Amino acid sequence: MTGEHSWRIAARCDQLRLRADMLQAVRRFFEERDFLEVETPLLIPAPAPEVHIDAVAAGDWFLQTSPELCMKRLLAAGYRRIYQICKCFRDKERGARHLPEFTILEWYRADADYLTLMDDCEDLIATVAARLGISGFVSRQGRPLNLERPWGRITVGEAFLRYAGMEVAEALSADCFEELLTARVEPQLGVDAPVFLYDYPREQGALARLKDGDPNIAERFELYLDGMEIANAFSELADADEQRRRFEDASREREKNGSLAYPVPEPFLDALPQMPPSAGIALGVDRLAMFFAGKKRIDEVVAFTPEFL
Amino acid sequence: MYAASDLRKGLRIKIENDPYIVTEFNFVKPGKGQALYRCKLKNMVNGNQFERTFRSVDMFESADLQEKKMQYLYHEGDKYCFMDNESYEQVFLTEDQVGEASNFLLDDIEVEVLLFENKPLGITVPNFIDVVVTSAEPWARGDSVSGNTKPVTVQTGYQLQVPPFIEEGEKIRIDTRSGEYLTRVKG
Repeated sequence: MTGEHSWRIAARCDQLRLRADMLQAVRRFFEERDFLEVETPLLIPAPAPEVHIDAVAAGDWFLQTSPELCMKRLLAAGYRRIYQICKCFRDKERGARHLPEFTILEWYRADADYLTLMDDCEDLIATVAARLGISGFVSRQGRPLNLERPWGRITVGEAFLRYAGMEVAEALSADCFEELLTARVEPQLGVDAPVFLYDYPREQGALARLKDGDPNIAERFELYLDGMEIANAFSELADADEQRRRFEDASREREKNGSLAYPVPEPFLDALPQMPPSAGIALGVDRLAMFFAGKKRIDEVVAFTPEFL
Repeated sequence: MYAASDLRKGLRIKIENDPYIVTEFNFVKPGKGQALYRCKLKNMVNGNQFERTFRSVDMFESADLQEKKMQYLYHEGDKYCFMDNESYEQVFLTEDQVGEASNFLLDDIEVEVLLFENKPLGITVPNFIDVVVTSAEPWARGDSVSGNTKPVTVQTGYQLQVPPFIEEGEKIRIDTRSGEYLTRVKG
């Protein structure tokens, strides 16, 4: 063969250019706001045990599923505003919006909660769109999508009632939370303008702080653009005992499902009491590129997918 | 047995003793939630379609189908005719049963005819076929770096996107599972 497959990669040149410009604009945004760019290891001994996220084993260790444990250790060590752009790996996740190896942007703020991060999201995406010279977004339904601030906010409870016609508690006890979320709720979110879906049932926020005055609600939000989940944020849980209990619950659940067991991330739990009240967020860089490029498949915004390696 | 993670377009599974084919497939997963496998399924006997969402824990049996190698003979109206080259027995399938495979039916091509209790239900064409491009816009040389693709029509009447350097009269290889261009075939 004489490089015939190169055409597939060449055909994505507009998107790869846009992606590169977008990453530069993101870095400039954080630099201007006094965030320190950090790098943390991709290869780690123990990922955070989450029931539905499977790590890829690499020798006796694992490729990270997210950099959050190391990021929070940095907060605990006194770094107050940090961000990083890195690769994360999640086994068997492949679909129109999923790659088993994908790029995450995470940022953290000390002395902040998830509401501050909502402001950051608005600021970041509006700033990057302006730097890319993009305006006049059109949704997949062909309607104009307005980025003007402030963006909409809807609690998970309200969204389930409005779009799925059911209380969240009922969806959870009937074991169809994810089915309703993905089939009924998500496609309605962020269609005319971006929307924050916030205040999740406590079971849905393994590393999130519970709301003052409502211990059934986790201070977590997800940002939706045009029906697509773009970012996930928490007010971070800083109670090491509570965090250990949640890890143990998740590990038990994983064992029950026949999933791989992970060691307990002890150095993280050890550092957690030193972490100031903080908030952190993970944003899907590939999906943000999909949004800016107006593409429906994640394949369109990366040079290589696993199928062509 | 298949696991939910094996589901993909074209897979044939058994549900309540009937064979079904996955006609559309999508992997969805809320960030922290469990993976869902959303499928459109078509009953291969009566053609009924429905949507169903599976979870990772779901398992499936493969559909009880026999496969027989047959040669494609001709197509007339709504009927496609195939012949068993050993017994010379001929079977007929409807346009609906042949489905997207009709895009890849070259003259005399050998296909697998699927039978359920001896009734033909559908066909499987080879994963790769080589076809002649019968119509293509000429390539404006120097345009290769822009990375555009262009539409062409191949001898079966099927249209697809190919790299700009493909010219009329050339032979290309198509992956029939995705319907996509794979490579240019020399000679």
